[in-house]
Amino acid sequence: MLDIQPIILSIMLFPLVAALIAGLWGKTIGRKGAHWVTCTFIGMAFLLSCYVAKLYLMDDAPVYNDNLYAWAISGNFTFNVGFLIDRLTALMFVIVTFVSFLVHIYSIGYMRGDEGYQRFFSYISLFTFAMLMLVSANNFFQLFFGWEGVGLVSYLLIGFWFKKESANFGSLKAFLVNRVGDFGFILGIAAILTYFGNVDYASVFSQAPALAQQHPAMITLICLLLFVGAMGKSAQMPLHIWLPESMEGPTPISALIHAATMVTAGVYMVARLSPLYELSVTALSVVLIIGATTALFTGILGIVQNDIKRVVAYSTLSQLGYMVAALGASAFAAGIFHLLTHAAFKALLFLSAGAVIIAMHHEQDMRKMGGLRKYLPFTYIMFLIGSLSLAAIPPFAGFYSKDAIIEAVGHSTIFGSTYAHILLLLGAFVTSVYIFRALFLTFHTKERMDEATRHHLKEADWVIWLPLLLLAIPAVFIGAFLAWPMLYDHTNSLLGNAITVAPQYDTLAPLASEYHSFFSNALHALVTAPFWLAIAGIVVAWLAWVKYPIIATSCAERFSMIYKILIAKYGFDDFNQWFFVRGTRYLANVFYKYIDMLAIDHGIVNGSGRVIIWCSKLLKRAQSGYLYHYALAMMVGLVGLLIWQMLIK
Amino acid sequence: MIPLSAYLIVAAILFALSLIGILLNQKNLIVILMCVELMLLAVNTNFVAFSHFLNDISGQVFVFFILAVAAAETAIGLAILILIFRNNRTIDVEELDSLKG
Repeated sequence: MLDIQPIILSIMLFPLVAALIAGLWGKTIGRKGAHWVTCTFIGMAFLLSCYVAKLYLMDDAPVYNDNLYAWAISGNFTFNVGFLIDRLTALMFVIVTFVSFLVHIYSIGYMRGDEGYQRFFSYISLFTFAMLMLVSANNFFQLFFGWEGVGLVSYLLIGFWFKKESANFGSLKAFLVNRVGDFGFILGIAAILTYFGNVDYASVFSQAPALAQQHPAMITLICLLLFVGAMGKSAQMPLHIWLPESMEGPTPISALIHAATMVTAGVYMVARLSPLYELSVTALSVVLIIGATTALFTGILGIVQNDIKRVVAYSTLSQLGYMVAALGASAFAAGIFHLLTHAAFKALLFLSAGAVIIAMHHEQDMRKMGGLRKYLPFTYIMFLIGSLSLAAIPPFAGFYSKDAIIEAVGHSTIFGSTYAHILLLLGAFVTSVYIFRALFLTFHTKERMDEATRHHLKEADWVIWLPLLLLAIPAVFIGAFLAWPMLYDHTNSLLGNAITVAPQYDTLAPLASEYHSFFSNALHALVTAPFWLAIAGIVVAWLAWVKYPIIATSCAERFSMIYKILIAKYGFDDFNQWFFVRGTRYLANVFYKYIDMLAIDHGIVNGSGRVIIWCSKLLKRAQSGYLYHYALAMMVGLVGLLIWQMLIK
Repeated sequence: MIPLSAYLIVAAILFALSLIGILLNQKNLIVILMCVELMLLAVNTNFVAFSHFLNDISGQVFVFFILAVAAAETAIGLAILILIFRNNRTIDVEELDSLKG
């Protein structure tokens, strides 16, 4: 058996080395050097990941779980740096490095002429490194390291154009909201450390069933706390507010954050911890309900957005909701599968939106686009493929994963599953409405751009369109290709033992018996609700925004109340502004006035001064200046000393 | 034969008188100096008495040292006193309170 450790380390370290070279010696190696170094290293990491994936997914290599280095020893706890490589990790490696590699190439075109060119490449390589650390950790602390790593780099990247105020605002918001999630996450890790005595996955999973029998509430608490972390990273309601703001960063970053890294971390984490979540039906219900709620309600918000990138961002939120709902229904494989297909079609959508934005000279407002099909036929086809995949039209990739999720949630019997099923079905309709609205407004309808822009419209060069093409392939085919091994094949499942599903919650099993081939599955879709809902969504979008645009405007007027609520994004931002921002200010003011000014300044600092002055006034009287007073004091002291000496004898 | 206690009592009375002299005198600085001298003499009396009754000559030797030191101390004390008088035009104890806090 080939020693896999050097390969794993290379996959880890290539992005880090690339980030360091581009970051520290960016001036020396120049712009060309920066993108050559990072692209080469990430490319090598991708090839090695493919090799690892082949070893694990095809040749069934044994699970690699080894500690390389004791990072810190504190009391009885040892915090190790170690890697766990199994089928799930191998799959995540490929997703992360593949999307990252294409985003690197795409960035050569997109970021051309930007001042921070080398810095940008350094950041995205670092981002890849953090995400790879996250998915390959074999203990919770290393998971947390990667977790914080992606949080930090996302902050840097969203605020990449730091001269723009909204970018600073967005990056700060992303960072702060993630801190809220991380707070729950770190409490969860603390609970694990307290109850299990260490933070290694293997030992935690082996002790978990015993603890579940002793303290079932404890397992629920741990799962919920960890899920709070996942809600922050994977942008579930009500911690979803940072994701649309992340659109302030350059478009390649949006693709990277939304497709392969960062937001998938929460989904990955829950799937990785499936042995824990399976022990707590309460936690599963919470996960399911939050996922389904996010899936529908953020999708609805996508309908009223006018910024093309924001529509795609809300669609990410919605799709993450689907993934999380799948996890809640114990269909972990379906969640990971949707993560995979979503990585492909969402990266495709973002990068084609980016191509549109470049062609429009950094105009993102769809109200100023329209009719671009004529000028950007290639981008149009790519966006169309992404949209069809997103709307789950068979046989595109999104169909297989999303359909499996909806069906699996339908088969789930835990609390909230009916609610979730209805929401996810409605979500299928909403998804196709918002994405086809974006498609129609951008590429169809009449041209609304100004003359100068129209004059310069042209397809971008190969560094832009090649990644699109490479992403379009999995966005079309990967669903049909992987649906059977990934979801239904119980004897030789693609994820194998990497995830654990308790038999009573196995919602994918009833689906497996209905699945014959990818083709029959696609045909079967024609008689199911999700498919027709998606088709209905497309028709509605076409009617409301292409054929009779009056419908959209009159709806907005007729239901102005609802429209306002949607524009205000259900008021989450306003609520946060009112409750957290103003509340914090008010609280800070109270603390400033009463604690700082009154207690500390007036009480402790000035107060101690006043006490000393008072004491010295008292003592001053003893210092009369008369010789005979001092002599008396001396005598009294002497006599006292003598008496004391005699007494202790 | 006069007993040791008699010497000690005389010395104690002498010491107490000089102490009272220091504490009660509020007029003249010279009196204080004299009282300090008197204290030393009381101590010397003790030394001599013990020396005699314990048959140890070193006590009497010590008295000479004390006398020498007392002479020196008086000399310095008087010098200071003269300086105080030059500066303040008074040696009234009541008025010498420049150390007052």
